[in-house]
Parts: sequence; structure tokens; C-alpha cells
Amino acid sequence: MSAETVLKIEDLHKSFDVEVLKGISLTLEPAEVVCLIGASGSGKSTLLRCVNLLEPIQDGRIEFLGEEITAPGVDVDGVRRRIGIVFQAFNLFPHMSVLRNITLGLTKVLKTPQAQADEEAADLLARFGLADKRNEYPDRLSGGQQQRVAIVRALAMRPELMMLDEVTSALDPELVAEVLDVIRELADSGMTMLIATHEMSFARDIANRVCFLDDGVILEEGSPEQIFSAPTNERTKQFLQRIIEAGRL
Amino acid sequence: MRAHGASGTRSTLIAVASTVVFAVVVVLVVSNSPGWPEVQRQFFNGEFFRESLRVIPKAFLLNVRIFLIAEVFILVFALLIAIVRSLPGPVFFPLRALAIVYADFFRGVPTILVIYLLGFGAPALQISGIPRGELFWGVVALVLVYSAYVSEVYRAGIDSVHPSQEAAARSLGLSQAKTMRYVIVPQAVRRVVPPLLNDFIGLQKDTALVALLGPVEAFRQSQIEVASNFNYTPYLVTAILFVLLTIPLARLTDWLVIRDRRRQLALGAAR
Amino acid sequence: MRKQLVLTLVLAVFVLAATACGADEAATPTAAGTETAAADPCAKDQLNLKTPGQLTIATDNPAFPPWFQDAEGAPWDPTTDPTKQGYEAAVAYGVADQMGFADDEVKWVVVPFDNVFKPGPKDFDFDINQVSYSPKRDEAVDFSDSYYDVEQAVVTLKSSKFAKATSLADLKDAKLGAQLGTTSYDAIVDTIQPSKDPNVYTTNNDAIRALKNGNIDGIVVDYPTSLYVTAVQVPNATAVGRLPAEGQEYFGLVFEKGNPLRDCVNQAIAKLREAGTLDEYAQKWIEGSAPPVLK
Repeated sequence: MSAETVLKIEDLHKSFDVEVLKGISLTLEPAEVVCLIGASGSGKSTLLRCVNLLEPIQDGRIEFLGEEITAPGVDVDGVRRRIGIVFQAFNLFPHMSVLRNITLGLTKVLKTPQAQADEEAADLLARFGLADKRNEYPDRLSGGQQQRVAIVRALAMRPELMMLDEVTSALDPELVAEVLDVIRELADSGMTMLIATHEMSFARDIANRVCFLDDGVILEEGSPEQIFSAPTNERTKQFLQRIIEAGRL
Repeated sequence: MRAHGASGTRSTLIAVASTVVFAVVVVLVVSNSPGWPEVQRQFFNGEFFRESLRVIPKAFLLNVRIFLIAEVFILVFALLIAIVRSLPGPVFFPLRALAIVYADFFRGVPTILVIYLLGFGAPALQISGIPRGELFWGVVALVLVYSAYVSEVYRAGIDSVHPSQEAAARSLGLSQAKTMRYVIVPQAVRRVVPPLLNDFIGLQKDTALVALLGPVEAFRQSQIEVASNFNYTPYLVTAILFVLLTIPLARLTDWLVIRDRRRQLALGAAR
Repeated sequence: MRKQLVLTLVLAVFVLAATACGADEAATPTAAGTETAAADPCAKDQLNLKTPGQLTIATDNPAFPPWFQDAEGAPWDPTTDPTKQGYEAAVAYGVADQMGFADDEVKWVVVPFDNVFKPGPKDFDFDINQVSYSPKRDEAVDFSDSYYDVEQAVVTLKSSKFAKATSLADLKDAKLGAQLGTTSYDAIVDTIQPSKDPNVYTTNNDAIRALKNGNIDGIVVDYPTSLYVTAVQVPNATAVGRLPAEGQEYFGLVFEKGNPLRDCVNQAIAKLREAGTLDEYAQKWIEGSAPPVLK
């Protein structure tokens, strides 16, 4: 792990028909876990997709490990290789087995020989309790298992930054815990992570920093204790109040 | 859904009984109609049926040959066109436009015209190096026409793959080409097997059009029989042969669809 | 005496009975209304016609030389102004004239070649379209007597290696073609029996196009048609030879089965033949030195 700043976002502006991100600035240091919280539509997913260069930006810049990745002429595939991202749904490739889902990137992008890739994938699956699902097709897995495999797949590429976009939001409640365990283990192992989530207890537990996103702007940023116990911004308070009333905190 | 128990057996019995009654009624009505003996003599004549069986199946082999060769080229060429249509960015605009013009043109022009124009016109140009065989140009015409239809089917399949699949693949660092090759196209093709089969059933029958250029395939052979005997039973033989070719393909498609449906539908929301 | 009387009486009775019967027969009105002679069934007003007073003749579209041609010598379209030029045009108007029809009482309709000799009712009085008599066809329709004795001919490009063929054996390896449902096709299959299956075309023009393109080595058509093909349609083609036939193939006019008009037309043809008119027509429209018969 390098000692330099992993991710530096400066005054990011992104529009679809309307402006969705209105000047986001954010930094991630190595091994930091930053959680993004906020209402739906606040721009969390869009922000992650911009970092992964899945969306073009209108203004601002993003630096990843010291390199400006929003500059023209950047090797986009190369950047994406080093950033892992897991989405909320439709993650796994349904026409491939679990093992092949994981080894596809290893063999076709990292050019790992097939046998070695198979071994690495099997090891990772075993580490996260999925060894027996190796040859299954994704349709045979529960939602929680699928998301765990998706995380393993991103991990197999040995990224220097992992981004998780509401990965438990589409899961049945009893399946959420197993996924959170995996994320926790990743964080403990020192992975730099940017996590968008609705799971407030989990965020309070795992994050080094929490950012509250509202209407395209980071309204408040701080340690979990600060944000959850003593928010200063009025809208942050309102948001947290609604969450508490819904019994999610 | 299989019904169990007494009510299930009863429903089966009723179904069988009503089918038998229906069939018997149809047969009785038809065979007692005043025109039936004449129709039977003209269309269902046992002697001419047996006679045609000596020559038409052999000619049908030509239809099968044309169909198999054309199908391979169509599957590949149509996929190329569909992929060209989906190439992003302004630099590829001329290629995309060409693909659009191609698909519009060859779906618009009647197949029979394409066969005539290419089959008789191309060799007439007398350009050295261009093949002159009538089967060659017949197959080329069929490939050009059907690739236009099939490319649209592929395109629909490609568009139907959820965009998150492409996002997930690109996020691993896979290039656009590799994403298409390993993730998008394999899923797209599996999704469009039924409409693909529909187009191929059409192709099977359109192989008969190659006869316009001279070669004697099954339909032309039956025309020859009909012309010399003034009996239409040979057409029946040809019809049966075409249907026999279609049935196994249709059942194969059903099986493929059922097998893949599970996998495709599974990954909506991760449940 | 009494015997003689009885005999005389018996004779008288016989004579009376005979004359009575004869008178009955004579008294039965004939169609013409006279009591003595039977009327002429081929008189113009007695003919069995689709439209009374009009002779409806069918042929194909386009109708090719030397059988039909327009003022410029090009193929004729029966839906346009009528023509008397061409062998079959001449025969048709010759027959019409013999039967008492004026030129403007002749009406032309179009019937595609392979519909002519299918069984069933017809929309014409007769068809004239190079239809050869065959026993099979005769089961479905009725033919007149011959108005032209015909032979089949093989046409190839002058540059073809088969252009030099002098026998049937020389054509064994040729890829030949003919129109669907014709005696030309039968001639290939029955007489030449080539090693390669012949190609079959929807029209003669398609076959000629294939010949020009080099897809087939030769086509088989009737001899007079080969004249037009080699003279006008494919100038670099040649008629290699005529094909032998078991009997004499001939063209007949085609009638709906059982049509009594056929007999009257036969009379007209016979008159034209006796007067040498058919030969005149042939000399005018179908001249040219015929190629040898291949054996």
C-alpha cells in the first residue's frame, strides 16, 4: 500500500438534465473507510460512478493515487482495473459459473494463466465461506451469496480502492448480515473503501469518516460520533431523525 | 401443472375424448362432402405420393445444403452488423450509418428480387474473378437478406442485456471489445433464440427461391411432377418434408429457452 | 287368291308402317328448321363459342418471334393491338378466316403456358402457343390436328466446347437447361440423358440469361424458337443440332376437353394444308437452314 492519498476529488460537478453533483470535494487516505449517507437521489451512486469513470463530468477533477484520471487521454480500462466497485444489483454474469465470474477479469485483464487464476479464485472464495459454490451458476445463489461473490470478484483484481454502492439495499434483511461481515473483514484488512449505504449502525461501526450528502452537496462531514450523535447541520439532523423514527438506527 | 388424483384423471379423459370426437367429426364431414373424391384424387393421391417419394426427397437435400451453408454465414455476418450498429462515438458514425442503410434496404426489398438481381445480374457483368455459379449467388442473396433481419434480432438482444452488466464488466477493467465478447453477446444471443429460430424457419422455406436460378430443389421438383401429371399430390410431399425439418428445430429451441430462462431471470434484484 | 290378298295386305301394312316411321323422322325438325338436309354444325352461327359471334384465342405474354411479332419484329404483347405477323398469328387468322370470322371478330386473351393444358374449363375457344401434343396432356385437354410439325433443337454459345457436338453422346457431359413443363425438358431427360441433372427455369428468358452467363452449356427449345434465339436474343449462340424423336412431335391448338369446336377447326386446318397455305406461312416466317439431327 502506498502512503500517498488514494483518492482526491476536487469540486466535482456532474449534470444529467439537471445538475446532480454541485461541487463535491473529498479525500481518501490509505486504509481509510469513508461512508456516504444521504437520501435517495442525493447523488451517492452518481459520485461513485464518476470516480469509476462510468460517467463523464462537467467540471472539477479526480486524482487517483496521484494521477489525474479525469484528464483526456487517460487509460480508462487501466484505472478501472485498480478500482473495485460493487453495485446494488445485476452484478454477476448469469451465463458463467461463480468461479468463471471471478477468473474472467484475472485471465482477460490481468493476463493470469488459467490454472493460477482458478487457484486464486478458489482461495478467495474459501476465505469468505463460498468454496462450495464454486461451480454453481449465480441463479442458484441467494442474494446475499451473490453479493459476497460480487465483492470477491472485485477483490480478485487486487484493487487499491474498493467502492460499494448500496450493496445491501436490495437484500432481504436476514441476508444483510453475511454481506456486512465480509465488508467488515475487508476494512479490517486495511482496504481503502468508499461505501454508500443506508445501514446506519454499520456505518457508525466501521467508518473512519462519514459524509452526509444532500442534493448534490456534502452538507456535513466528520467522524461517526460527530455525525450520528452530534450533527451540526439542520438538514443532517432532520435526516437522522427520520432514520431513527424508522427504527433503522 | 399436473392435476393429481381422481379429478386429474377425469380431466385427461375428457380432453382425450373431446379430441377424438372432434377428429372423427372433421374426418366424417370432409370425407362425405360431395367434392371429396375429386379432391382426394387431385391432392391426396396414393399412387402419385409414392412416385414423388422417389424423386423429391433427393431434391430436398439441396434445400438442406443451402439452408445449412447460408445459416452459418448469416449467424456470423448479422452479428457483425449488430455490433457495428452499437459502436459508440462519432468516429464510427459512417460505419453505423452504413449498417443502418444495409438493414433497411435488405429488409425492404423482396427476397425474390434480390435473388433475380444477384443470380442473373452479377454473372452478367462478366467481371473476371467474380464467381458465376447460380448456387453461389443464390446463397449470397439469402445471406444478405436474412442477415438484415437477424441483425435486428441480435440488436434487440444486445439492448435487452441490463446496462449494469456492461458496467460491471467495464469496472473490472475489461475493454469494450472484451466486454461485448465475453459478457454482452453471449447473454444477448441466449435471449433471442426464439426470434432467431423464427427467421431460420423462414430461411428454410426461402431456399426454394434458389430454384429460380436453375437448380432443381424440392419445390421445383414437385412443380416438374405436377406439370407432367396434372396432379397436385407432389406438393403435399414437399410440404411434409419442410414441416419435418421444422419440428425438431422448434423443439430444440423450446429446450434451449427453458434451460436458459432460469439463469437469465435469476439475477434481477439480488434476492 | 286369298293368299295373294293376304300377302298384299301384309305388304301394304309394312309399306304404310315404314313410310309412317320415315315420315316421323322426316318430320322431326332439324336445328336448321329444314326437313330435308341436316344443318352444317360448323357454320359460323352453329359454333360452340365462349362469346357468340366472336372467336376468342389465347396465347402467352409476351409472344415471341417467329410465332408472333409486332410491326418492328419484336415480341408481341397480346393486350395491345393485334398482329397478323408471325407463323402462329398467320395460322390463327387463317383458321378464323376459313370459319367465316372477320379480323375484328377475333379476340385475343393471355394464358400462361403451363396453365393451358391443365384440366378444367377454359376462358378461350382455343389456345395457340407452341403446345406439343402428348398423350398425357391429351387426357386433360383436346388437341387439334398438327398445324406445325416440330423438332427440338440444342442451342449453345458459339464459344462452347459443345458447339461442335455431332452426336447425342457428345452432349452427355453438358449442363443443359429448359423451361419448366415443356417437351424440351422431356427431350433432355428422355433423349439426351445427360450425366448432370438439367436446370429448370420458370421462363425461356431465364434459361437464355443463364446460357449467356455461362451457368449452363446449352438450352433445348423447339427449332423455330432457336432461330429467334440465335438470330436476335443471343447472337453469339448457335443451334448445334436437332433432336431425334420417337414419333413426329407436333403443335396443336388446345381446346377445353370435349369441345366440339375442335372438329370444325380441324376442317379449317385441313383446308389450309391442302391449299398449301401452311407451307407459305412456314416459308415466310420460319426460314433458315436447319442444323443436322443428332443421333
